[in-house]
This record gives sequence, C-alpha cells and structure tokens, in this order.
Amino acid sequence: MRSDGSPSAPLGLKIAAACGLLFLHLPILLIFVYAFTTEEKSFVWPPPGLTTQWFAVTWNRPDVWEALSLSIRVAAISTAIALVLGTLCAAAVSRTRFFGRETISLLVILPIALPGIITGIALRSAFALADIPFSFWTIVLGHATFCVVVVYNNAVARFRRTSGSMIEASMDLGADGFQTFRHVVLPNIATALLAGGMLAFALSFDEVIVTTFTAGQQQTVPIWMLEELIRPRQRPVTNVVAMVVVLVTLLPILFAYYLTRDGDQIAGSGK
Amino acid sequence: MTIAALNSNPAAPAILPGSGGLRGALSDLFWRRPKLLLLLMLLPPVLWLGIVYIGSLFALLAQSFFSIDEFSGLINREFTLKTYGDLLQAANLDIILRTVTMAALVTLASAIIAFPIAYYAARYARGRWKALFYLGVMLPLWSSYLVKVYAWKLILAKEGILTWLLGKLNLLWLLDAWLSLPIVGGNSLSVSFTGTFIAFVYVWLPFMILPVQAALERVPGNLVEASSDLGASPGQTFRNVLFPLALPGIVAGSIFTFSLTLGDYIIPQIIGTSRLFIGQAVYSQQGTAGNIPLAAAFTVVPIVIMGFYLWGAKRMGAFDAL
Repeated sequence: MRSDGSPSAPLGLKIAAACGLLFLHLPILLIFVYAFTTEEKSFVWPPPGLTTQWFAVTWNRPDVWEALSLSIRVAAISTAIALVLGTLCAAAVSRTRFFGRETISLLVILPIALPGIITGIALRSAFALADIPFSFWTIVLGHATFCVVVVYNNAVARFRRTSGSMIEASMDLGADGFQTFRHVVLPNIATALLAGGMLAFALSFDEVIVTTFTAGQQQTVPIWMLEELIRPRQRPVTNVVAMVVVLVTLLPILFAYYLTRDGDQIAGSGK
Repeated sequence: MTIAALNSNPAAPAILPGSGGLRGALSDLFWRRPKLLLLLMLLPPVLWLGIVYIGSLFALLAQSFFSIDEFSGLINREFTLKTYGDLLQAANLDIILRTVTMAALVTLASAIIAFPIAYYAARYARGRWKALFYLGVMLPLWSSYLVKVYAWKLILAKEGILTWLLGKLNLLWLLDAWLSLPIVGGNSLSVSFTGTFIAFVYVWLPFMILPVQAALERVPGNLVEASSDLGASPGQTFRNVLFPLALPGIVAGSIFTFSLTLGDYIIPQIIGTSRLFIGQAVYSQQGTAGNIPLAAAFTVVPIVIMGFYLWGAKRMGAFDAL
C-alpha cells in the first residue's frame, strides 16, 4: 500500500511542514500591515486605523534617500568585484584537481562560515593597524569579501553540470581559448552568474553586522534601520522603509530563482 | 550552434593555422601550460581573500596579544597574555557560557522545526509544490535580516499581536506564568531570553532547512519503504534510517545556526535582556570602551569553537551536504 507510486504524506508531517512555513512567512507579512498603521508611538495590534500618509513622509526624508543611494552604490561595486573573483575561483576549482583545492574552497566559504562580527572586527583592526580611514571603499572591501562565496557557489554548481567535453569539442573545432570562453563557456554559465550576482547584490544590500565595523559615519540602509531600532525617531517611517527593503530584496531573489530554476536541463549535463 | 557557425565552411582544413598575434600566442600558451592558466585564475581571488580576509584575521589575532593601558586608555603594542587573563574573569566566562548555551538551543530548535519542512519538500512535494516549498524557504532566507528582527519586535511587544492573540484565546495566564519564570522570563517577551531565542530560531531557520533538505533528497524513497516492509514502525524508520542519513545535512545546517548565533550582537540588543552575548561584548569593548585587544580576544573564542566545530563536521561528511 505504500509503494503505489505517489505516496501521500502523513497528516502530522503535513501539519508540521505547513506550520513551519507559516512561521517563516507571517512575520514578514505583518511588516506590510504595519506600514499602513496610523499609530505613531507604539506597536499596538490591531492597528487603530490605516493610512498611506507615511509613504509621502518617507519620500521627503533626505536621510532615507542618502542611505539608499549609498547602499545601492556599495552593493553594485561589491557585486562586480565578487562576480570577477568568484567566477575565476569557481572556474579554477572545477576545471582541475590540484593540490590545495579543498583549502581554496574553505578560504572562499570562511567569510560566511565564521560569524560576521569576526569578519567585521578583523577588518576594523586591520584598518586600525594600517591607518586606513573609513570610507566608501572600506565598506566595499568588506562586502566584496563575503559576496564572493555566493557567486562562487552558483558558478561552481553550473560548472559541475557543464560537461568538459564541450570545451574540448570547441577546441577541436578550431576555436582558441578566448573564443571557447566567449562562445561556449560564457553562454553556459551566464544565467548562473546573473543569479549569483543578484544574490550577492541582495546580500550586500542587506548586510549590517560587518558594515557597522567598516562604515565609520556613513549610513547604509540597514545601518539607518538599526539606528532607528535602537533609538526610534519616527516609527512609521521605519515601518515604511522596512516594507520597501523587503520588496527591494525580494525582486532580485525571485529573478535569480527564475534564472536558475531549470538548471538541470542545461546543455551538456551528462553528469 | 555557435561552434557550427565558426566552422560552417565544409571545405575548411582539418587543422587550422594558428590565429596569430598576442591573443593567439596567449591562447596557445594557456593550452600548453594549463597550470599557468590555473595560476592566473586563482591569483586574484586568493590574493583578495588572503590579504583582505586572512590578513585581517591575523591583524585581529595580533591585536588580542596587545594590551590596553588602564590609565591612559592607549593600546600598548607589546606582546602580552594579559588580555587573555582579563578574558577569563567570571563575568566574561558568564557571557561565553550564555552565548554557547543559546547557540546550542537555537541549533536544536531549528533542527526540530526544519526537519518536517525539509522532509516534506524532499520526499512528497512534486512539481509546482516543490517550487513553492523552495521559494517558501528562499524568500525568508534572503529577506532583510533587520526587517525580520524588527518584525519580531512588533510581534513580541507587550501591546503587539502575540499578546492580542493570546488574549483572544484566553491564554494570557500562560504568558504571564512563563514571563514570571526566572532566566527565561522578563517584563515582556521582547525583553526576555525567550524573545531572543525565538528571534534567533526564526532568522536562522532557513539555513538549517536547505542542507537538511539536500541530504534528504539523496535518500531513495524505497529505502524508507523497505524499512517499513521489514516491519519497522515509522518511529524506528526515522531513528534507524532517516535520521542517520539526514545527519550530515543537520550538521551542515548547524554550522550556520551555531556560528551565526555565536557572533550575532544585533538580535540580543534589540530583543533581549541587558545581559550581554559574545557579540555585544565585542561590540561594546571595541566601541565605547575602546579596548580593541579585549574585543579581539573575545572573538578568538567563537573562532576556536567554530574551528573545532568545522573540524568535527568535516569528519562527519557535512561539507558534502552544503
């Protein structure tokens, strides 16, 4: 009776899985409700009334715009650096087996495997020892370091599925290394890179722990939010920004998913 | 297709002449010496991570052997173990113990909540449901960390939705009884260890689900069927078949939940009591106290713990499940 092809899950498992997913999603949905509340001083539920006035108030806040602009610039440049470094590393690790290959994978994973605070304070003490003042570039330095792993993971997974014989075939047909890269390798890994880039962007846009150590006086969006959480000035504005941040990070994730969704049907997946 | 376009002329010679120029020379060189290409590919990422990251870690380690002059507040750049001596004060050991306990509890709770979701997604969800489950885990994983913490601040606040809900269910007495307990209780959930614990579990849960699901995907369904055909109860099947096979995934997930909890200083600061966690101690030592050596020594604790943890995880084959 169990091996009838399409087994149905036990009820208990269904309920536990559904509750788990609800637990993951309801709190985020709550943010959307609070963005419209008329209550200014407390987190009272249910909201006494609904309004859209806080969107206009937020729109006219220069500090929000500055933070947003800084966050986007940092994320864009960190993503670009991570794309180059992550792809190179993934290509090297997946093409060849060499001494120290495991160490390289570990080196790439380390910045996210160790707690963010370690990365943060390590960078801070390095800046202190080397007398580097905090700037836009110190933020980028930190972000690029932990963004590499996201690109690397996506690229490595795709390289694994791209069969090496396609590269050999291309070479056999007379293409040189650069042509092979341009016409064979790149089209194969492009969507994985784009997905990795999206995720790296989202990761950088959202990062707060490392950034608090490398930013000095500048405020990215998460740092702005952290300030508001610790010393609230105008709670409704925080609510609106929180909702916008959810939406801004949601879109790259959905797009990245869309890009890699049918990754198993990639050309040359001989396994 | 592109290859075909490159070589579409049927009369093309079997062996093409070299393409010449610098580009051709480089291409030939890389073909003849693949090690050189490998080196060139590895150099930028290894240099970056080596200098920026490993270099910084060593800078941090070096700082932990400096000490602070208690009168002037200046950092004395001479080798000393005094800072590590300071670290071993009872108050600091308390902080370390508190953080490690919290990390262990959070890891345990995440594993328990994650397992049904991962198992359902791996074994029963098909087609559209599978995609839905995947997104259902990915979206919370990638949603803004601070927003998630903020959401729990809203939920756990005294006037928030949880109190309201419990009030509707006539269960407020339960909440009050829980809050009156020592250690886990407090004035409201948002200023108690219970609140900190819930927020930690919520924020790190997706990190546990994904590797567990990856491990369970590799368990053939007929293994579970075989187990029940041979007369095992569902509980026995879980204990003797599923759990051992899922363990590398759980360990892989626990690397994240454990490590992330060890180093976090924002969740306990926003939702929690005034008693410090390692992350907060590091943050306040380097910030307000200006005692970077002690902050550095503090961070060595999670590094050492995670070092052992990763070593053990590697031996259990957890890295294959990442």
